[in-house]
Amino acid sequence: MNQWKNFSKGFFKENAVFVLFLGLCPTLGVTTSAINGLGMGLATTFVLVMSNIVVSIVKSQIPDKVRIPSFIVIIASFVTMVELVMQAYVPALFEQLGVFIPLIVVNCLILGRAEAFASKNGVVSSIIDGLGMGLGFAMALTILGGVREILGSGSIFGFKFIEGDGMLVFVLAPGAFIVLGYLIVLINKINNKTA
Amino acid sequence: MDYIIIIISAIFVNNIVLNQFFGICPFIGVSSKVETSAGMAGAVTFVMVIATIVTYLLQKYVLDAFGIAFMQTITFILVIASLVQLVEIILKKVSPALYQALGIFLPLITTNCAVLGVAILAVQKDYNLIESVVYAISNAVGFGLALIVFAGLREHMDLVNIPKGMKGVPIAFLVAGLLALAFMGFAGLV
Amino acid sequence: MANKKESTFVSMVLTLFLVTFIASAALGYLYELTKGPIEASKLAKQNSAIMQVVPEFDNKPGEESFQVEVDGGILKFFPAKKNGELVGTAVSTFTNNGFSGNFKIMVGFLPDGTIHNISVLEQKETPGLGDKMLKSKSDWSVQFNGKNPENFQLKVTKDDGDVDAITASTISSRAFCDAVDRAYKAYMEGGKK
Repeated sequence: MNQWKNFSKGFFKENAVFVLFLGLCPTLGVTTSAINGLGMGLATTFVLVMSNIVVSIVKSQIPDKVRIPSFIVIIASFVTMVELVMQAYVPALFEQLGVFIPLIVVNCLILGRAEAFASKNGVVSSIIDGLGMGLGFAMALTILGGVREILGSGSIFGFKFIEGDGMLVFVLAPGAFIVLGYLIVLINKINNKTA
Repeated sequence: MDYIIIIISAIFVNNIVLNQFFGICPFIGVSSKVETSAGMAGAVTFVMVIATIVTYLLQKYVLDAFGIAFMQTITFILVIASLVQLVEIILKKVSPALYQALGIFLPLITTNCAVLGVAILAVQKDYNLIESVVYAISNAVGFGLALIVFAGLREHMDLVNIPKGMKGVPIAFLVAGLLALAFMGFAGLV
Repeated sequence: MANKKESTFVSMVLTLFLVTFIASAALGYLYELTKGPIEASKLAKQNSAIMQVVPEFDNKPGEESFQVEVDGGILKFFPAKKNGELVGTAVSTFTNNGFSGNFKIMVGFLPDGTIHNISVLEQKETPGLGDKMLKSKSDWSVQFNGKNPENFQLKVTKDDGDVDAITASTISSRAFCDAVDRAYKAYMEGGKK
């Protein structure tokens, strides 16, 4: 497939969150604000691209029966790298994202792309696939976080535009499910129109 | 530490799926039927409890003892992946029917954030071994509860007229949101 | 199209071992690199909390800090001095009775036990309810300032105390009092150095 299609599929047609329903745990868990969603999205993109690269390079060296555990170790290493770097240089965001940072390792999106794409394609294609899927994921999380933040806290990226609290339910658990549900409907409509 | 508080809190107040957002993928993926949900809940309980015990011991006697706590993510996920392999092998021999029924979802327990999440949280909350086991069992029960209740709701939804754009996953999320709202009512328990 | 490599026992074990070894080595290296910045950012956070809760000082409270063990955990004491004289002590305390579990606060005491100011270190209480303990959300915690627990009961009014609980967040408010009380008791019992 041409590289532009390879890159752009992750944003709408094959969006990890809205279409493939992968990586839902951090999607619901950290999107209490736009910046948290964006931060998690970018961290995940980093791990996705790096592990795609490594898997694509070593794919012919790894015996078939141990490929899943090997992929997992590779992914887990990059996750730990992200943990350490975030803890050192952006401690506030690190604390906000909390336990969901190590949980990037079980984000089905990453293992999924390693297995479905990187282990069967060249390095350049894998990088582009990782970037597209990862940034699409980040976009989804930022949108979800943004909507929840606007409705629930009356602010966007930290800039408050109303006094006091918004409709708090949106930054709590039920709000996450409900906003995501409606966003999926919206994206489905968009995808169907451009089909 | 009061065990009752751990149990009530994990099952109802801070329900692992409806409040902490762990285990959403199987929650959406497996919950279309009550039977498969029950089977999945059982398998997850087994893996979650054993994984928590093993990771607790590893954290205490290896990671902390040698000052390599940064290896936590890799170690824990390898433990879980191995345990799931083990469960697959055992289940294939002991109950081939259940093995078939669970299908692809069995290996997917490895990527179930609930298992890794509970293992990490038990360490973060500084529980001792017994508290960790209680915590793991309670969270597994909470997971099963959320899954089975939700599956029941979805089986009913199948019989209802739903607007085309919302069929399947979107309406599932809206119902999950209402379920989460209901569970918030447990807040006053502890 | 990638060729599937033969899965002999030796190749499997060797591959897993190699992958894990390389991963651990790389991570160990990165860990050493980031150890410094991580410690520094933890220290910065602690110092900013101390500065918020005690009067002006010119020493380094972090270097003169000491710990006291109480039931359920450890309290850290940070003496703040100006010109060698004790002007206040910041105590990092905790409670396990929060609505969403434990949370930590830093209480600044004047030498006679009066509360100077309180700052929240970590918490995960409910947004809009328990999180009103944060100064960024409401002025609720200001009621503690200038009060001496000697004649200011550290309990919510519901429990015959002097503290106005946060509306609809009695549990969080009670837990907050519990943390302050824990710090006060430990301070009076020998935290004054």
